[in-house]
Amino acid sequence: MHARKILAAAAAVGMLALGSAGAEEGMVDELRQPTLDALKGKTVVFVPMSMSFDLPEGWAAVMRKEADRLGYTLDIRDANWSTDTGTRAITQVITEKPDILIVQNFDVASYARSLKRAVDAGIKVIQVNMKSSYQTDAFVGADWYGIGQYAAQRMIEKCGKSTGKSGKIALIQGPATAAASVYQLNAISETLKDSDEIEVVSSQTGDWDQSKARGIAQTVIQQNPDLCGIIGFWDVMDAGTGAAIAESGKDIYLITSGGGNKTACQGVENGTFDEVISYDVPGQGRDLNNAIKILLQSPAAAGELKFALYTPNKIISKETMTQDSCWDLDLLKG
Amino acid sequence: MTAEAAPTLMRVRAMLTQEVIVLLTSIALFVAFSLALDNFLSAANMITLVRNVAVLGVLSVGMAIVVIGRGVDLSLIAVMAVSITASIVLATRGMDFVSALLVGLAFVVAVAAAMGFLIAYVEIPAIFATLAVGAIVYGLGRGVIADLDVNNVPSGLDWFLFLGRGSLLGIPMPIWIFLLTALAAYLFLRKTGLGRFVYAIGDNISTARITGIPVRPVIIMQYVLSGLMAFLAGAVTAASVASMNMRVVNSTMIYDVLLVVILGGIGLSGGRGGIRNVLVGTVLIGLLLNGMTIMDIPYTVQNLIKSTVLLGALVADAILNPRDEQTSQQGDI
Repeated sequence: MHARKILAAAAAVGMLALGSAGAEEGMVDELRQPTLDALKGKTVVFVPMSMSFDLPEGWAAVMRKEADRLGYTLDIRDANWSTDTGTRAITQVITEKPDILIVQNFDVASYARSLKRAVDAGIKVIQVNMKSSYQTDAFVGADWYGIGQYAAQRMIEKCGKSTGKSGKIALIQGPATAAASVYQLNAISETLKDSDEIEVVSSQTGDWDQSKARGIAQTVIQQNPDLCGIIGFWDVMDAGTGAAIAESGKDIYLITSGGGNKTACQGVENGTFDEVISYDVPGQGRDLNNAIKILLQSPAAAGELKFALYTPNKIISKETMTQDSCWDLDLLKG
Repeated sequence: MTAEAAPTLMRVRAMLTQEVIVLLTSIALFVAFSLALDNFLSAANMITLVRNVAVLGVLSVGMAIVVIGRGVDLSLIAVMAVSITASIVLATRGMDFVSALLVGLAFVVAVAAAMGFLIAYVEIPAIFATLAVGAIVYGLGRGVIADLDVNNVPSGLDWFLFLGRGSLLGIPMPIWIFLLTALAAYLFLRKTGLGRFVYAIGDNISTARITGIPVRPVIIMQYVLSGLMAFLAGAVTAASVASMNMRVVNSTMIYDVLLVVILGGIGLSGGRGGIRNVLVGTVLIGLLLNGMTIMDIPYTVQNLIKSTVLLGALVADAILNPRDEQTSQQGDI
């Protein structure tokens, strides 16, 4: 009995040894080297709205790391808050003919023609977060329709007339032609059109500026003392909306959206925002990296492959907030 | 036209200065809004109205001093945004906030003095010198002072936020600051010798020089004063929203400031007008903004209406106060 046990153990050890001897040789991953080769030495150019706020800074930090790791270059041409500068940058990029161009649009129209020219010139184009009306190889970014739909639904739940509230809400948009404004606004009106629960008493643009948002919110609150909620279109701007609400001393439910930078969590914590719909910039960075890799490996010509990676929305509120709900630009860069 | 009617018309023309036209426009708008909009005529809305243009008002006081001295300061917004950003960034890095504000203030004075020197001694036209300095200051802000264009005031500075969010006797602090600034500037311009020098220089710089007025130092002082107003306006802005956004430099704010000043009736040819004109101009802009927000007019249409009203006021002024020999020789700026 005892001897048999020892024998079995010895056999087991022998099998293991044999097994590991086989694994020493292993198998060649036929896919890996071609993948690495497809990426190495390629050039990617990124034209952000401006390298001076959390979203492009975050995307660039994530993309930079992967570019360094895999040996392709990432060039950044700053549009510096000007569609003219951005258009010039794209025109310049077209003559340089990089493998991939990544663009963050100011609005749905300005770059459309330039993007078409880039695609025609054989450059694969990824649009990030803010779409143009012209569809290129890939879109990576926030699901503005989904964000608007969620925010409007929450307003029905929080402020709807059947809850005993006034049902009055206000919207503080971004610039009227920005993708974030037009698609979100469409979702909000689609969601609210069949219900008489909610009345939108004001829909103004804060132009991405907190002082402007503050001024509008203060006037609207003043004018509608029973205002129940506000949907803001960007957390950085809505710091001003929140300030106006705090100054009024009223209990107004503020839902906003943003990249989920740590200031968003601080805002939820100190009560500036009730909810932030986060489109998680590090996650978008990873989506961008994946889109870059797919397009560099794909034999399809520029403009042939058309796909979108919409970011899943992450709701940050006092109830859902955890340690890692938000991200820190310094850590992301490090 | 009869012989008796002509002098009456002349008198009406003389009375209808731009300031009066703008005041009448404001009153007309005020009456129209009061009749058409619920809640417009409430004390609370009046306070909101003025509060929302208080920062614009403070900036316009600074611009007014320079324009009366026959200059112009296009660097106001850049100086406002970057100096306060510098203070906020220093405070975030651990400096005591009062010291950080003093550093920001010192920055403003240094920039304004250098700019004044370029205008007064190197004799670069104010419009170019201030435009260039504004661009340099903005470049410094974006490239050296801060990485991001929105910088948040560190937490725990409630005394500072009080400047933007608090109120005294039911009146928000920004309104107090605007009124006190306007009063101080009024007293300076009307009651002090230096203030009279500013008018003299704006009216005729050669005469001022011959009279013995220290023209160049006074010009530098004008720009330092407007820089201080910019810093104050920046502090109020930052305190209101607990952050400073350098992107305002790219906005149309500097034109709004110029509009308040010109619309109020301070001629760009210098030497004319006073703080009362700034108050009138600020109130007109405030009325327009408030009324249009209440009516929920889309932003692009708002800009159209604003521009049309402004153009209307300028046309009325051009008809009622035709260009005289002096302005046609010197030009408006």
